[in-house]
Amino acid sequence: MPTISEGQEKDIKMDFTIDTVRAGVADGSATATAMAELHYSRIAADDGDKGKGINSFLALSKERALAQAAKIDALAAKGEELPALAGVPVGIKDVLTMKGSPATAGSLILKGYRPPYDATAVTKLESAGAVLLGKLNCDEFAMGSSNENSAYGPVLNPRALDRVPGGSSGGSAAAVAAGFAVATLGTDTGGSIRQPAAFCGVVGVLPTYGRVSRYGLIAFASSLDRVGPFTNNVKDAATVLQVLAGQDALDATSSDRPVGDYVGALEKPVEGLRIGVPAEYFGEGLDPEIRASIEKVLDGLKAEKCVIKPISLPHTKYAIPTYYVIATAEASSNLSRFDGVRFGLRSAEAKTLSEMYRKTRDEGFGPEVKRRILLGTYALSAGYYDAYYKKAQQVRALLTRDFLTAFNEVDVIVAPMTPTPAFKLGEKTDDPVAMYLADIYSVAASLAGICGVSVPCGATKDGLPIGVQVMGRHFDEATMLRVGLAVEKMQG
Amino acid sequence: MSEQAGVTIEDVRRVAELANLELTAEEEPRMQRDLNAILGHIAELNELDTKDVLPMAQVGEMLGGEAHTHGETLRKDVVAPSLDRAAVMAVAPETDGRFFKVPKVIER
Repeated sequence: MPTISEGQEKDIKMDFTIDTVRAGVADGSATATAMAELHYSRIAADDGDKGKGINSFLALSKERALAQAAKIDALAAKGEELPALAGVPVGIKDVLTMKGSPATAGSLILKGYRPPYDATAVTKLESAGAVLLGKLNCDEFAMGSSNENSAYGPVLNPRALDRVPGGSSGGSAAAVAAGFAVATLGTDTGGSIRQPAAFCGVVGVLPTYGRVSRYGLIAFASSLDRVGPFTNNVKDAATVLQVLAGQDALDATSSDRPVGDYVGALEKPVEGLRIGVPAEYFGEGLDPEIRASIEKVLDGLKAEKCVIKPISLPHTKYAIPTYYVIATAEASSNLSRFDGVRFGLRSAEAKTLSEMYRKTRDEGFGPEVKRRILLGTYALSAGYYDAYYKKAQQVRALLTRDFLTAFNEVDVIVAPMTPTPAFKLGEKTDDPVAMYLADIYSVAASLAGICGVSVPCGATKDGLPIGVQVMGRHFDEATMLRVGLAVEKMQG
Repeated sequence: MSEQAGVTIEDVRRVAELANLELTAEEEPRMQRDLNAILGHIAELNELDTKDVLPMAQVGEMLGGEAHTHGETLRKDVVAPSLDRAAVMAVAPETDGRFFKVPKVIER
């Protein structure tokens, strides 16, 4: 455990892991309080305009963080056994509620709203000893692939400041990459954890649908939304997932299946595992440097005595259109609750109730949110329901069957996470379809409900991070993370 | 989807009204353009014959969950405290402490 002094901090960017933080807190060489203050000082230095202007945090919760840190330090002083995340500084995506802190979801319509309750994932992290630093920037209502749809300004990619961090959980990915937090929570509806993880060079986990409670998550598309962690390495991701996973009476879609031993599974070798390589993920549009990087990963897994098997997921090309019908239809229903009555913004202009609904929503929602509400409302409207919504639900079943069939023959599926590395700010903002295609390799797993992880696997010659995705069977995060760890070890 | 006449400005206005959205004069043609572009891409789904495919609403349905619950697990039907009313009312735009207040409903 390195000791932390200001002079040293300027020289070396230290990436703490959960293990190093816990060890430091346990032996008193770096208290939870010092760790929280160090991370707040990093945020003060580089998150705002005076520093690099990363813009990852929308609100800090110092009082709550320092109270929790003091509690952990008192536990450590008494020599008591420390919980799994004791003293670990974490950040929370702003679509999850934290009692008393703002929850804007990146939108003006929730400006000033301070929810009176904690999301289950937040409660679980804090109960495991984590120190909650604050709330993280994201695309408005988690709708976007670049974090440029936030009403509170874009987030910059810490690895290349002229590039997007990905989205929608751009702030969560950037905060880990910049060393502002040791772990963060994001949410993923069509790629919003895995794609920014790949763009920022960190680990991001999409748990199986139903593995982590959605209670306290401001809903975008309820049949797709998931909560998951960002970390610097695979072991940390397994540790955080272990804390988050499990059934919650407050989320009827959370599963009662037993939770695996994710950290323990990492000890097992990957020898003999069957790795599926889907031809559809290596087609036109894949950046050649990313392709080469993924091929190197596959060679490495072969050297570890994994069995590499070519497979086909034949409906892959229909994943994006299917996703944009289902996600927008669900969003048009979910976002009807933002009407100026119960929370957040209310237009001062309106004289009647119906005018208040319309004006509040007009002033509060940004263009991408309006676009998706319109598309979803159109797809659900009389005369179009069967042609769009029902059709998309049928294709969703076909896409899911693709995976279920493939997993009869392989244990995990390995593929590129994104077709390109992080793109430049402003590059795709005028073309919604081009922006949607940034999620071409992530949405199929979202629709099928399987688990996935993005693991860094090198960089382009320009130094932009590359991510490889490992997809696992429903509720088999353990095997997925084992392979993820093997990939991480190859990077040296 | 068989008729690819495309979305008209009138369609945009009608859908905006259904969704309680007010669009500006500049927003309307832009939304029309974007919806047509996205729906053009979505039309690719018509290449697939899905006549005998059951629609999938929830992931649990595909995993052998019980059909009537869509693979969800229901909690016991017992009384439990919910959020404190005072805490909820405190974050609302306008209340009298018991109810949410809104502008007048009847227009004349």
